Amino acid sequence: MTLFLVLVLSLAALIYGISILETYPDIAYIVLLFGFLGTAIAVYALVQIRMRLSKLRIVVPPVTTTIECKKCSFKNVREFQRGDYIFKELEPCQKCNDKMMITAIYREVKEKEKERFPY
Amino acid sequence: MNVLFYVVFVVFIFYGQRIQMMVMLREVEGSLHRLKYIKEEGRKVAGETIKEIGKAQSDPAARIDRFLEYFTIGPQGLDPAGIVWKLEHILDVRDTRFKDEVKLMAPAADETQTNNLENTLEAAMALNYIYKVIRHFYLLGKKTHSLYVIMQIQMILPLVMKEAEAFANALKAFAYGQPIGDGAGALVAAKLMHGHETRKIAKDCVVATVPFEGRTAFVVKAEGPGGNVGRPGDAIKAVIDENDGNVAMVVMIDAALKLEGEELGEVAEGVGAAIGGPGVDQFKIEESLVKYHIPINAVIVKEDVGDAVSPLRKEIFDSVDRVIERVKQVVLDRTKEGDKVVIAGIGNTIGVGQ
Repeated sequence: MTLFLVLVLSLAALIYGISILETYPDIAYIVLLFGFLGTAIAVYALVQIRMRLSKLRIVVPPVTTTIECKKCSFKNVREFQRGDYIFKELEPCQKCNDKMMITAIYREVKEKEKERFPY
Repeated sequence: MNVLFYVVFVVFIFYGQRIQMMVMLREVEGSLHRLKYIKEEGRKVAGETIKEIGKAQSDPAARIDRFLEYFTIGPQGLDPAGIVWKLEHILDVRDTRFKDEVKLMAPAADETQTNNLENTLEAAMALNYIYKVIRHFYLLGKKTHSLYVIMQIQMILPLVMKEAEAFANALKAFAYGQPIGDGAGALVAAKLMHGHETRKIAKDCVVATVPFEGRTAFVVKAEGPGGNVGRPGDAIKAVIDENDGNVAMVVMIDAALKLEGEELGEVAEGVGAAIGGPGVDQFKIEESLVKYHIPINAVIVKEDVGDAVSPLRKEIFDSVDRVIERVKQVVLDRTKEGDKVVIAGIGNTIGVGQ
């Protein structure tokens, strides 16, 4: 609430400063300085609050389960389901009717391009 | 303008430290806010999972809150002789107590689910503790107006937050029973023993006798797929004793913390007992090895603290085959055909069967 009040007052100071710029330039510069400072501080604080709120969420990475048929090498990749574990035997293969098995469970993280450093 | 400059100058001379402290307090406050959110989330996830899996008849919230405040007092170290056995006893009591509490909270959970729930609650407990310690220093700094009290917590804050984020990720992994980075060693052992008969060798540990490059390998791991690290110390000791010390080599595989700049999933080789924890298992392994003069080698998979407790990353999964190749090389180079070797995959086996 205080931040919004500061923002409104600062914007008002900016408008007022511009309006008296020609008639009272000395006062106008001081009013404009406070207007700019106030606006900058209020916007910075609001951005910080927004960033902090977005940071609060815990992001659950998607985990995939790979199911394979040892006999015909048929492979199926799906989202992880509760109860999955590596080497768990599952329903028969769609192609050869042999038992399928979970062979991998992992998450893939797409990392931003790494900063190059000479060491 | 000049007056303004002098005013600012004088203010900074007299209140500079106070301003610096206020900035630090604000930074700690922001992190504390996030820690509180993560801690509450942990409590919520634990409660929801217990309700869903355990089908508790009454609301487990009060019991969870009591569990989160649980503490363990380590043994007295003034006379260190025999401290390992005292520590082992306390850890045993703690483990039994935790399992009993989880069973009371979630009566319908099977053994695997009980282990996973225990791990979930332990992660929630760690988050609760981190939050309380940071809050303690924050309030103490505010109360005493001491820059140095605040400074010491502000300096380690990035590392503390990293650990807290890791535990937050671990919560979901434990609740769903997903494999985690720490289980890299267990996964290697599982791959080696898959398709061979396993038997229980120690509490929560299994062993399989596997033909391995012309040698006989006794592959040891914690019993999965529930969240469990087992008792590798007892298991390795039992295998060595069963063979009257006639073991040519022990190879231990574990996840290890990487340094910044090192690649995730990098495989390295060395000597010594590759095992973390309070030290009881390492002590037992070393005792057995010394008794029979058995050489010990270690292969590690490097990973971040965050990756160790969060769902297994592809890079770590892909490193498993490289670890197996490295173990083969170590065994071929340092043992003769027909020898017996012990290969122990260390780590939490959550989400990894055998």
